[in-house]
Amino acid sequence: MNTQNNREIWVLGEQRDGRVLPVTHELLTRGRALADTRGALLSVVLCGDAIDERDMAELGERGADRVVAIEAPELVHFDCERYTACLIELVRERDPEIFIAAATTTGRTLMPYLAIKANTGLTADCTGLEIDPQTGLLLQTRPAIGGNVMATIRTPSHRPQMATVRPRSTAPAPRMPGRAGAIERRKPKADALASRVRRTGFIPREESHDIAEADRIVCVGRGVRKAEGIAPARRLAERLGAAIGGTRDAVDRGWLSYPHQIGLSGKTVSPTLYVGLGVSGAIQHIAGMQTAGTIVAVNTDPDAWIFRFADFGIVGDLFEAVPAIIEALPAASAEGKK
Amino acid sequence: MRCIVPIKQVPETNSVKMDEKTGTMIRDGVEAIINPLDLYALEAAFRLRERHGGEVVALTMGPSKAVTALREAIAMGADRGVLLSDKSFAGADTWATSRVLAAAVQRLGIDGQTLVLCGERAVDGDTGQTGPALASWLDLPVVTYVSSIDEGNEPAGGTGAGCCRLERLTEDGYELLEMKLPGVVTVVKEIAAPRLPTLRGKQRARAAEIPCWGRDELGLPPECLGLAGSPTRVVSLARPRVSRACEKIAAPDAAAMRAAAARLVAFLHDRHLV
Repeated sequence: MNTQNNREIWVLGEQRDGRVLPVTHELLTRGRALADTRGALLSVVLCGDAIDERDMAELGERGADRVVAIEAPELVHFDCERYTACLIELVRERDPEIFIAAATTTGRTLMPYLAIKANTGLTADCTGLEIDPQTGLLLQTRPAIGGNVMATIRTPSHRPQMATVRPRSTAPAPRMPGRAGAIERRKPKADALASRVRRTGFIPREESHDIAEADRIVCVGRGVRKAEGIAPARRLAERLGAAIGGTRDAVDRGWLSYPHQIGLSGKTVSPTLYVGLGVSGAIQHIAGMQTAGTIVAVNTDPDAWIFRFADFGIVGDLFEAVPAIIEALPAASAEGKK
Repeated sequence: MRCIVPIKQVPETNSVKMDEKTGTMIRDGVEAIINPLDLYALEAAFRLRERHGGEVVALTMGPSKAVTALREAIAMGADRGVLLSDKSFAGADTWATSRVLAAAVQRLGIDGQTLVLCGERAVDGDTGQTGPALASWLDLPVVTYVSSIDEGNEPAGGTGAGCCRLERLTEDGYELLEMKLPGVVTVVKEIAAPRLPTLRGKQRARAAEIPCWGRDELGLPPECLGLAGSPTRVVSLARPRVSRACEKIAAPDAAAMRAAAARLVAFLHDRHLV
């Protein structure tokens, strides 16, 4: 740790049932780069209850200088009022210069609520974060107007500089065995635990694969023609170990439920591999998937817009393409890539 | 129950231009519509009114022509609309926008039967920050990504304060929550299919008087408004490079398809994807 001026950079950790979520490791990649440039201390700050000791130690191995866990039974599940009350106290005490969170349902709720209480600005869903060499300020880059333009944003005079970061827009920070961060467990003040929202239950999603976090996605569009047309897409998805997504058209027609929708009015995804079947590539859909690592498209229309954004395209019928692709795939990939 | 629904007028197309100097959008000359995701908040409000009575008030901050968004909301079923418009509001980020909306909600009056319903996010700005930020200014509870909403039983004690039962869509399922009113929700598409404006609604909308509240009516200090009051600043804009060179193979028959599929698998193999 070579810290100057007690500068602190924070990342918001997320946990479920006391286990630290992997998205936290992605934030450490971002946070470590910023902290090294600024000569700052990198802290992971998280709320929860009885958070796993090994998971917290692992955050040190992955680059955190300090892990601050605010713990109480009332903090086991995300609660915007309670988490904000706990964090604002810590923000006021330690005055971090930068605070970043993942653009998850938690981060996208908590950060705007907290930013107002902290009287500072917030930039949503950034894909790039770096330090301006001239001013030392955080440069926050995000897609604007449907991904057609990348805007770079600064928060010149309010602190902390806050941003949410698109999940999967960076690799998780690697483990460095032997590296360690200080671990600090805190109890919140009693008045930080008041809330006007009560959690009465939870219904797990019937399909475990959340497309926003999926590493691979097979996406269906209008080209599948009817609900039964989803079947070949599912077979390919299963074979590739991919989650299934759909365009707005596919969801509006009832072929898939809303949580599967990709695009401006659905989820923004950034998988390693995206395969579009019968997806024409409406600009609203492109905006939701164009940061995918590799984009493959199958469409009967050679002029389909999606081919302009794809790495590999097959101009042909998806009902013929899917069996051909499955047949061509090496048998081992069905086992190895689950 | 009184439902207050802040809506946003957004450009109809994705071909909007940005002002290279200020980094804000140039909205002139582009047809404007209600942010499609706000229609779900309006619909959820109409359904609450149908079941439990009360009124639905639509709010929008924008230039004077944003009044058309309010007329459209009234045509769909809103009881009334309020336009929040002032030269000093221009160029606001989500901090400054939510500040104005909060002042307007306060001016409308907040009691134990007030629920503010917002769309999940606007499809142009795409931040999803304004709803939670508005709640924070008002110091109200907020539940985001709400997929189902119903009025709950009044808690014992009879304070007159209401409560609503909510389902919240998260990455791995649905949280079941109860929120005391007054409160703020942001809703997702799943909540209900928005209705279309009716003929009678359109007639009512044309005749509706829509008040306009500016800085003076809302009693806001100029230093917290618009571009000048925004903590964030757009410093540069760049077009993302389209660097993908698509390898496109035509597969008009079965043999060509087999060849194309084999080539695809080889391509994926080169990228360590299979």
